[in-house]
Amino acid sequence: MATSTTPVPVRQRLLPDWGMVARQRVYWTTVYQRTWKGSVITSFVVPLLYVVAMGVLLGGFVDRGGADLEGAPSYLAFVAPGLAAAHAMQIAAGETTWPVMGCLKWHRTYYAMVATPLAVPDVVTAHLAFAGCRIALTTGVFLLVMAPFGVFATVWGVLLAWPVLVLTGLAFCGLFFAYSATIRSESGFALIYRLLVIPLFLFSGAFFPISNLSPTLEAIARLTPLWHGVDLTRMLLLDTVRPGLALVHLTYLVVLAVGGWVLAVWRLDKRLEV
Amino acid sequence: MTSRPTSGVRSEPLPGGEEQAGSLIHARGLRKSYGDFEAVHGIDLDVQPGESFGFLGPNGAGKSSTMRMIAAVSPPSAGSLSILGLDPRTHGPQIRARLGVCPQEDTLDLELNIRDNLVVYASYFGIRKAEAGRRADELLDFVQLTDKAKAKVVDLSGGMKRRLTIARSLINDPDLLLLDEPTTGLDPQARHLLWDRLFRLKQQGKTLVVTTHYMDEAEQLCDRLVVMDGGDIVAQGSPLALIREHSTREVAELRFAVGEHAALAERVADLADRVEVLPDRLLLYTHDGEQTLARVHERGLQPVAVLVRRSTLEDVFLRLTGRTLVD
Amino acid sequence: MALVTASLVRAAAAPQTTGWEIVRRNFLVYRRDWLVFLTGFLEPVLYLFSIGVGVGRLVEGFDVNGHLVPYAAFVAPGMLAASAMNGAVLDATFGIFFKLRYDKVYEGVLATPMRTLDIARGELTWCLMRSAVYSLGFLLVMAAMGLVESWWAVLAWPATWLIGFAFGGAGMALTTFMKSWQDFEYIGLALVPMFLFSATFFPVTAFDGWLRWLVEATPLYRGVALVRELTTGAVTADSLVSVLYLLVMGAIGVLVASRRFDKLLLS
Repeated sequence: MATSTTPVPVRQRLLPDWGMVARQRVYWTTVYQRTWKGSVITSFVVPLLYVVAMGVLLGGFVDRGGADLEGAPSYLAFVAPGLAAAHAMQIAAGETTWPVMGCLKWHRTYYAMVATPLAVPDVVTAHLAFAGCRIALTTGVFLLVMAPFGVFATVWGVLLAWPVLVLTGLAFCGLFFAYSATIRSESGFALIYRLLVIPLFLFSGAFFPISNLSPTLEAIARLTPLWHGVDLTRMLLLDTVRPGLALVHLTYLVVLAVGGWVLAVWRLDKRLEV
Repeated sequence: MTSRPTSGVRSEPLPGGEEQAGSLIHARGLRKSYGDFEAVHGIDLDVQPGESFGFLGPNGAGKSSTMRMIAAVSPPSAGSLSILGLDPRTHGPQIRARLGVCPQEDTLDLELNIRDNLVVYASYFGIRKAEAGRRADELLDFVQLTDKAKAKVVDLSGGMKRRLTIARSLINDPDLLLLDEPTTGLDPQARHLLWDRLFRLKQQGKTLVVTTHYMDEAEQLCDRLVVMDGGDIVAQGSPLALIREHSTREVAELRFAVGEHAALAERVADLADRVEVLPDRLLLYTHDGEQTLARVHERGLQPVAVLVRRSTLEDVFLRLTGRTLVD
Repeated sequence: MALVTASLVRAAAAPQTTGWEIVRRNFLVYRRDWLVFLTGFLEPVLYLFSIGVGVGRLVEGFDVNGHLVPYAAFVAPGMLAASAMNGAVLDATFGIFFKLRYDKVYEGVLATPMRTLDIARGELTWCLMRSAVYSLGFLLVMAAMGLVESWWAVLAWPATWLIGFAFGGAGMALTTFMKSWQDFEYIGLALVPMFLFSATFFPVTAFDGWLRWLVEATPLYRGVALVRELTTGAVTADSLVSVLYLLVMGAIGVLVASRRFDKLLLS
């Protein structure tokens, strides 16, 4: 006899039931087995191409000028942590935009899931957990491949930077999920990529110190979640940690990740209601 | 007009090819193969103006392949084919300019609203914008979608999408309308609405070519039809003539307990012209169903359920191929 | 008999389709999605501001055919050419794949007098017109920022059409060979390295030997070099080579695409 399967009515539960979340492991591993080949290049190859083009080749020209790089020894060392954090954001966007709409509109997977003992919070949590795993995998590989370039200051820095990168990605996952569960047309994705993802990628201190921006833009950049992720990752990887600031970064990212998660549950619940 | 050939029920195919001047569709030895697979095995066809012509057959019979050849989007692999007096191999665009096509799967433009679907489609026929708008409104009215003019395609029901596809196929006022399984997958109400619209077109004198695997649809819409099976034409004629030729007047359907049908078939074999054993019932082909039924009861057999009905094209198909149309 | 004669008369009057019908259809779709259309212009401008201005503070500037050019003025034409490439490829791959394999729009279109060549021409014309609007906007931004150094720059606009034509044609041809969305990874595999290494962000002198030869042979390099020579005024005979290269590439693409459409849709 089943002991713990008296299902709590779906609407009454706001927190996930971890047993229910774990039940979706089979679904998500199947998804990954089916799709990983299609993501190998964007996940692993593209970020390295950026490192070579911007860090190594353009970096060669930058270093000749001897510009100030917030204490980084070389442009490569400056840009590598930035690219890692920006990449975490991009994987987050990739996993929580189109796939969410797919599960709602094209394959209607969520509808099928909540027709079982699974509830909305379980479904959201499992999807976000899957996104988190993808982020951990790609940023982990990125850090490993970057190690021989000799730009990382300490080993413990790298070990701490890894979870920070995952956290940076998760800070975006919930928000993107909530947005994707709200919009009805896929043209909404073109907007969020062009108005949010790309500007963040370009202006959050990944490619150049944000002090190079005008004072207003610099202030805005300091508010963006990606800058907090970039700066914290950079501190850890280059061993330039300032504890107070690091704590601010960490708090900001955690609040965003949890807030986004709650928002995502709320939006999906609303969407599946009608 | 006086020279227009009538679509006689038993019209014998005229000999030779060139003499078939009046045919809208004229095919001799028409074949279609995809690689090693031959979907259509050399068929002969003639469809006359004003006629309502049907292809009846199960999935995979070669109906859709034949329709695509007639629609001038699929070149014949062998044999001769002329549509509206033109060769589809050389005059595809000219032929298509005068066809209306309602494909098996809707190919509506999902990025456009309902009315724009018609207006844009009209532009592909070179119809000017003002005229296209006028026709679009007229056709939306005809298929009863006027109040949905601004809606998106995805918000339509299956029946509405089909009606929109029909409206779209009429935008160029075609001489020949091709309908590939027009009501497959629709609920009964939607089907009747669609049939009513097609009936009106027929009355207006449009030439219709319909494929279907529903015999009631074929009986409703077609003056004349061919039964296709495995790429061949196995019979042709009017629905009534086909039934008369290949079946009896009535059919008694007997349902017994599960698994008993095959054994019981032998015990009633002499009561009917022919007995068919289906997994869930026996079909007794006979002139007088009630009388046959009475004699079944006389033998002490007690079916769980009985039904006496007229023969349909389904029975014709069963007779000709040994299989049912829809499984 | 009379009926056939009548049909022949009407047949002779079959409309002459051009492909413009497809352009009008696409225009109608985008008219309802103008915000998406408008924001398409943003991406290259953002790159220009970020890399050109932000990273530009870190780099001195580069030599282009003997002129010393500030970094922003060096990167801007690279972004212009790259965005012409990206725009054309996106429309010609994702957009066409969707219509070809998913919503089957083209099957409906081909039930009319339209031919596959009309579809290929129409789609390409549309994506060129779209990217022409973007590149004009970008050129104006460049001029406003003082990043245009010669009147030759006026010709940079048609040069971006050429880039769009070359990549749109090639992209469309490749799309017809694709079986699933997974195959689009390969497009990314071709585009991203070109975007990063075709003298867009730094001069081709960063490479030596065969590597440099390889970069110079890529279509994006030809596009970047052509546009940069025009906006900086350093025009040479090389520019003509680039023009010819891009023209041939686009023409082959359109030809292959319309053949393949025939095979896929009319069998």
